[in-house]
Amino acid sequence: MEQQLKDILHQVKLLASDVKSLQDIEQLRVKFLGKKGELTVVLRGMGALSKEERPIIGKLANEVRTDIERLIKHANDELVSIEKGIKLKKEKLDVTMPGQTYEIGKKHPLTLVIEEVENVFLGLGYQIAEGPEVELVKYNFEALNIHEGHPARDEQDTFYIKPDVVLRTQTSPVQIRVMENKKPPIKIICPGRVYRSDAVDATHSPVFHQIEGLVVDKGITMGDLRGTLEVFAKSMFGEDTNIRFRPHHFPFTEPSAEVDVSCWNCNGEGCKVCKGEGWVEILGAGMVHPKVLKNCGIDPEIYSGFAFGLGVERTAMGRFGIDDLRLLYENDVRFLKQF
Amino acid sequence: MKVPISWLADYVKIEGNIKDYSDMMTMSGSKVEGYEKPFHEITNVVTGKITEITSHPDADKLVITKVDVKTDLLQVVTGAKNISIGDIIPIALHNSTLPNGVVITKGKLRGVESNGMMCSIAELNLTKNDFPLASEDGIFILPKDTKLGVDIKEILGLDDTVVEFEITSNRPDCLSIIGLARESAVTIGKKFELPNISLLEKGKGTAKDYINVTIEDYELCKRYTGKVITDVIIKQSPLWMRKRLRDAGVRPINNIVDITNYVMLEYGQPMHAFDLNYLKEKNIVIRRAKENEIIHTLDDQKRILNTQNLVIADGDKAIAVAGVMGGANSEVNNDTTKILFESANFDGVSVRLTAKQLGLRTESSARFEKGLDPYNANKALLRACELVEKLDAGKVVPGIIDCYKELPAKKIVPFRPKKMNEFLGTSIKEQTMIDILTSLDFEVDKGKMEIAIPTFRSDVEAWADISEEVVRFYGYNNIKASLQSGNRATQGIKTYEQRIRDTIRESMLAMGLMEIYTYSFTSRKVFDKLLLKDDSKLRETVVITNPLGEDFSIMRTTTIPEMLQVISHNYNRRIAKASFFETSNTYHPIKNEKLPLEKNILTMGLYGDYNFYSIKGIIEKLADTLGITDVRFVADSNNPSYHPGRCAQIKVNEDVIGTIGEIHPDVADNFEVPKRSYIGELDIEKLYKLTSVLKSYKGLPKYPEVDRDLAMVVDESVLAYDIEQVIKSNGGDLLQNVTLFDVYRGEQVGENKKSMAYALSFRANDRTLTDEEVNKAVKEILSKLDSEIGAILR
Repeated sequence: MEQQLKDILHQVKLLASDVKSLQDIEQLRVKFLGKKGELTVVLRGMGALSKEERPIIGKLANEVRTDIERLIKHANDELVSIEKGIKLKKEKLDVTMPGQTYEIGKKHPLTLVIEEVENVFLGLGYQIAEGPEVELVKYNFEALNIHEGHPARDEQDTFYIKPDVVLRTQTSPVQIRVMENKKPPIKIICPGRVYRSDAVDATHSPVFHQIEGLVVDKGITMGDLRGTLEVFAKSMFGEDTNIRFRPHHFPFTEPSAEVDVSCWNCNGEGCKVCKGEGWVEILGAGMVHPKVLKNCGIDPEIYSGFAFGLGVERTAMGRFGIDDLRLLYENDVRFLKQF
Repeated sequence: MKVPISWLADYVKIEGNIKDYSDMMTMSGSKVEGYEKPFHEITNVVTGKITEITSHPDADKLVITKVDVKTDLLQVVTGAKNISIGDIIPIALHNSTLPNGVVITKGKLRGVESNGMMCSIAELNLTKNDFPLASEDGIFILPKDTKLGVDIKEILGLDDTVVEFEITSNRPDCLSIIGLARESAVTIGKKFELPNISLLEKGKGTAKDYINVTIEDYELCKRYTGKVITDVIIKQSPLWMRKRLRDAGVRPINNIVDITNYVMLEYGQPMHAFDLNYLKEKNIVIRRAKENEIIHTLDDQKRILNTQNLVIADGDKAIAVAGVMGGANSEVNNDTTKILFESANFDGVSVRLTAKQLGLRTESSARFEKGLDPYNANKALLRACELVEKLDAGKVVPGIIDCYKELPAKKIVPFRPKKMNEFLGTSIKEQTMIDILTSLDFEVDKGKMEIAIPTFRSDVEAWADISEEVVRFYGYNNIKASLQSGNRATQGIKTYEQRIRDTIRESMLAMGLMEIYTYSFTSRKVFDKLLLKDDSKLRETVVITNPLGEDFSIMRTTTIPEMLQVISHNYNRRIAKASFFETSNTYHPIKNEKLPLEKNILTMGLYGDYNFYSIKGIIEKLADTLGITDVRFVADSNNPSYHPGRCAQIKVNEDVIGTIGEIHPDVADNFEVPKRSYIGELDIEKLYKLTSVLKSYKGLPKYPEVDRDLAMVVDESVLAYDIEQVIKSNGGDLLQNVTLFDVYRGEQVGENKKSMAYALSFRANDRTLTDEEVNKAVKEILSKLDSEIGAILR
């Protein structure tokens, strides 16, 4: 009987190594372990054994059964894994075919620039102030030290609604409105739409956007202006960016400066972007004119402040290499998708 | 302002290279726009003398010449007609270059070797204004005493460098050689002093014998100075003067006119010369023009004046528009023998308005309008007389006409070095400040700690302006950067409204809409194109009085036209499908208010493969994001711009917060957009109030949902909203959700009927629902659907 069991096991080993399909395995199982299977038949003969033989053969029979089960399972696993492999192989995709697309909207490049600037200054403790686009001459000019007869008030530059109402030519009137209504410390930026009577061409638009900043408090210095704009320039154009102040004139600041940043494209070596200068003008800035503070009821003997402004369109054009301002207002999808 | 370096050098010597100088000037506040040698293109052109002219064997129109260029005797073939033996001419040698990229090389003309080309004034980029005696179309014949073999640029004064400055509007004193010389001197650390002028004054009598001057309006004319010149001989001015004028961008005319222009450029003081023979009354009156008074100006135009304009009159007759242009009736001409030089101070605003009114902006008016120094008038006048004597143009009559009521005194302001350093964030030494200011002609009184401001610096008023003067030369970039250390902290945070606008933008982007920016002004024509009724409120507009044209003449009251234009632009470029949004303002006049109402509007536009429910879904999702729960859509067939059957008002409670719909087919045609274009407008300000920003968590359900589908047949006229309302109000607490998932029309449901299929889900929070409970609820719903809207279960 012992020999019979060993023969069965040997047979199973041979057959199991040669199975071709899950069906073969099932047949194998039935042939040996089924109700009429060979092992079962052998085990039924156990009753004829002696008392001494029975536990020995019983133990052996159990071991053989376990081995057979193990062999069958092993053969089964192997087959399953092979078949899995075949299936996975069959399911191979062309990964170079195009992906399923999802439409996602894009922010307009002007929004991108405005948000970028806003984020820098929000981080520096500034708030965002807003004001009307149709504005009183009082706020757009007079309070800003641009008096009657000043060339800036000329109709060539300014759209008039009434003699005392204009489309604001700058976002500065927002500063005046804030200063009139709030006590220092004031730290604001004012992004917004402004208007000048320029015919539309590649570099001019009668509608455009500015962002102005204003800080008023005790002890504000021109050094603070420089420090602030340095932080701004580095945030916008990279840590290596330098800035340069050039004396200029604005009626509402004194001293006034035009501010250049070292060219982000060539790091100041001279290229197309900076027209070989190494510097690109991005901002106008200066110390708030004492008269402007006084006009808003702030005592220039106690308080001082600085202001700065940049053109959003010009910044966007420089930043993204846009060569025609009209593209920004044409809203061609093929343009908008690039941002 | 174009400045020839040689002219500047009369007052301050510029050494070193021009780029360094330009950079330094830019950094001290006189921005250099550029610099160039205007005639740098001319190379290898020299003076030569024609020593022989023989005929060409094979060409009638050509001659063979020999030209002596000192180092060589060249054979040159030419077709020129105006040359003769002994003429000295400019000759472009082999491998020479001329303006506009012309290159001259030797070659053969009809078989005869030619080693250069004789030049006309045009070939040297010159005109008869530069050289009045030169032939217009022939070779440029130079004076007999011209040296041979010398570079033509040296001979004609074409070798100067011209620097162009951008002068800011507050510095009219720098619209002059003198002003820029002063700035240059301080910038490069040299001394500058205005030279003294001394005159011979060989004329007879005194100025007052020739002319009487009265100022009637001292407000518009602060000072009027004049000098008389007799024995005037009109001729061309010398080459050096013509050259400087030309390099500065002014056309040379004759000696007297050139002197007035020369002095204007040099001193920044516009001048005028009247022919005294034409002043019949010899009585000059400076007065406002009469209404509709007519004057013929130098440019041969008839100008109609009004009382806002200031004129110079001889007796009754206007002879010049003050500060703008002289009259043709007293113009200096070739027969002029006696002149009056005028050097006056006219009011800037008045000159500017007059120039604008007449459409006549001149070099003179451009200077006056910025406000000039009355103390400069007589200095310039004397300089003009000095030039008359230097050029031998006439005899200067002793005595000066000088009319004024009162000349402004020098402004005295406190000198506050400490305040200035605090303001600038610097520690500039007091003496450094004094040195800078003194070199700029400010007078600092250390004892009284006061500063006297020079009269030509009307832009400087107080310590802030003086700080700028100091720091310009101390160096803007020597100010150390700081960051308000120790100052009071402020909150860097967006307002509630700004954050809601951000959320709106993000929602639009997430739903695939592209952000656009469009102009805020438009044309009235759009109202008809939108089919608005004549009495529509949207036709009440804010009007621009000086627009760039009709298309940009009013502030928009609706954003739809621009959205449609954007759709049209893209559609016309074969883009099959797109969706856009814009957040921008519309402008609406308010009665008795100066400023209009500016409404912030969210506009959406969709075309290609969209339908009404696409735009509706966008609004629903936006409302959901903003936490606005009870949004309703109410059919609106009265909005003229939209398809009457496909338009809805967006309502929250009873408030209309916007409109959505398919654009009316006629409007679509008017704007050339596809018929099935969808537009949405939403009043952002109304959203501020409705938005609920506070979010609170509800526990997740512990018990399962039971779903039931109901398909019912209803009349075509029954609205989905009505069915939903019946279901919701009768579903009890257990009903969680109602979703329409199918609409079917066809034979099976009959004509004018539709089948609407809803998925309902029920749930209780404390137990698993039994079938009986759900059945009961469904039964209740069905019975009400039947009784209230006649719905029949399929």
